[in-house]
Amino acid sequence: MTAPILSIRRLSAVSELGDAQPILRNVSLDLEAGETLGLVGESGAGKSTIVKALLGVLPRTVTITQGEILFEGRDLRTMPRSKTRAIFGDAIALVPQDPMTALNPGRRIEAQLTDGLWLRRGVTASAARKRALELLAEVHIREPERVLRSYPHQLSGGMRQRILIAAAFALEPRIIVADEPTTALDVTVQKQILRLIRQMQEAHRTAVIFVTHDLGVVAQICDRVILLFAGAVIESGPTSDILSAPRHAYTRALIAAGPRYDRPDAGLTPVPEALVAELRLEVAGTGR
Amino acid sequence: MVQDLIVASGVEVAYGGKRRLNGERVGGVKVLHGVDVRIGRGETVGIVGESGSGKTTLGRALLRLIDIDAGKIVFDGRDISRLPERNMRPLRRRMQMIFQDPVTSLNPRHTVRRILVEPLLFHHVAQDGADAERRVRGFFDRVALPLSCLDRTPHELSGGQRQRVGIARAALLEPDFVLADEIVSGLDVSTQAQALNLLKTLTRDLGLAMAFISHDLSVIRAVCDRVYVMQLGQVVEEGRCDEVFAAPKSRYTRLLIDAIPLPEIDPGWLDRDVAPELD
Repeated sequence: MTAPILSIRRLSAVSELGDAQPILRNVSLDLEAGETLGLVGESGAGKSTIVKALLGVLPRTVTITQGEILFEGRDLRTMPRSKTRAIFGDAIALVPQDPMTALNPGRRIEAQLTDGLWLRRGVTASAARKRALELLAEVHIREPERVLRSYPHQLSGGMRQRILIAAAFALEPRIIVADEPTTALDVTVQKQILRLIRQMQEAHRTAVIFVTHDLGVVAQICDRVILLFAGAVIESGPTSDILSAPRHAYTRALIAAGPRYDRPDAGLTPVPEALVAELRLEVAGTGR
Repeated sequence: MVQDLIVASGVEVAYGGKRRLNGERVGGVKVLHGVDVRIGRGETVGIVGESGSGKTTLGRALLRLIDIDAGKIVFDGRDISRLPERNMRPLRRRMQMIFQDPVTSLNPRHTVRRILVEPLLFHHVAQDGADAERRVRGFFDRVALPLSCLDRTPHELSGGQRQRVGIARAALLEPDFVLADEIVSGLDVSTQAQALNLLKTLTRDLGLAMAFISHDLSVIRAVCDRVYVMQLGQVVEEGRCDEVFAAPKSRYTRLLIDAIPLPEIDPGWLDRDVAPELD
């Protein structure tokens, strides 16, 4: 097996805000080139903290207390800023959650799609425009010329999300971090976007970290899953194992909580409070 | 056969445009094109559709929170389509709403006690402050809220607790009908399950009729007796949930159901046909 493209080793972090509890506790994960890794958990599980750490945008109030984030073997935590510039937002790119707020409402799509190309790759305006048109075609946008001239408010949510995907792939990143990219979309559009992410990933051999709380989405797009609770990894493994033979009681509880249209009598069992209390105790010792 | 509580027929609503002196609308965009809906006493009815389908507009029209341009809405045998607000007032207590976002629908400067007691006094459900307080306390157990929440403000509560305060506020007025518009879409699955179970118990125990608006068919299936599927301002399918989900008649319903990812491995799912481009 080749070395993973990304390897997080025993990462722990605390927040100065709130009750000073660790927000990440000894988190380790590996991401292989070209695979899709699901990052799953309820609110407060630490998903966004990991996303922010990978993109170099952790707020000042968060301090990493230990651990390494190895990108192609080099630790991003100790790397000088001059070096990380070529990684954050470049080799590691983001597909954000909310297509309604992620684009600048006052700039045309063309400007927003070509920024990275001329700022980071130094291509000429006409070459950048050509590349932007190619990218829009690749994400199945009809009339790419018209879309380039448009402002975000003139486009639907699904189209904006396609544009954000095109923008994320513009610099040929090695890793895409997709932060709940479909939660704001209708189910039919969600399916199109999931399919598009899969196509783009296969065409570009990109690894994807897919953050979501929807186990249905996980089942359809992720090769492996990491389940987090209160900043700690509860269970990880191939998606099929996690979903069909979960080892941890919390994983089973989460699966049982979601409603299913095909099994109206199953689902809707809240995660038992006793289990949550037990888990809090279990993770309290780690990551200090 | 259940007795009808709300019967809406041929409801049309448009936004924008101008109004002539006789109230007729000129121009504007029509968002409901003649919708028929019946909700029986004690029945939970789902209204499902994608963004822009008109489901929220329909819900608001049923409560007369917006005026309708054509059609008729009958509440408990009484035509309320054009009832002036003065005459609507006494009916308002009987038709309540639970909002999508409990953060913006609860006054951040009021304590939970005030949020729950005030409507009881306003609508003369409680005789006096002491009676209102007693009713609120008596209800707390049912909605799984600790009494210590009474003196807190909404931001001091968890998301699930806030949502339960919103539910309690509506249910305490002993309405006949509640409208719940996308009330679980921002919640974690476990919190969502709690809120849905609570709604199911309350509607059953209090004999409440409910219109449950959601874009999520799985949630609709879990709580509703019947469902209306909406697309572009029209009802494309209606029926009992078990029948609609087992054998949808409309192509659009089929499409919506097939687009829901299930939490089990299904290698062909992603490549199976998806909705035609709706952009």
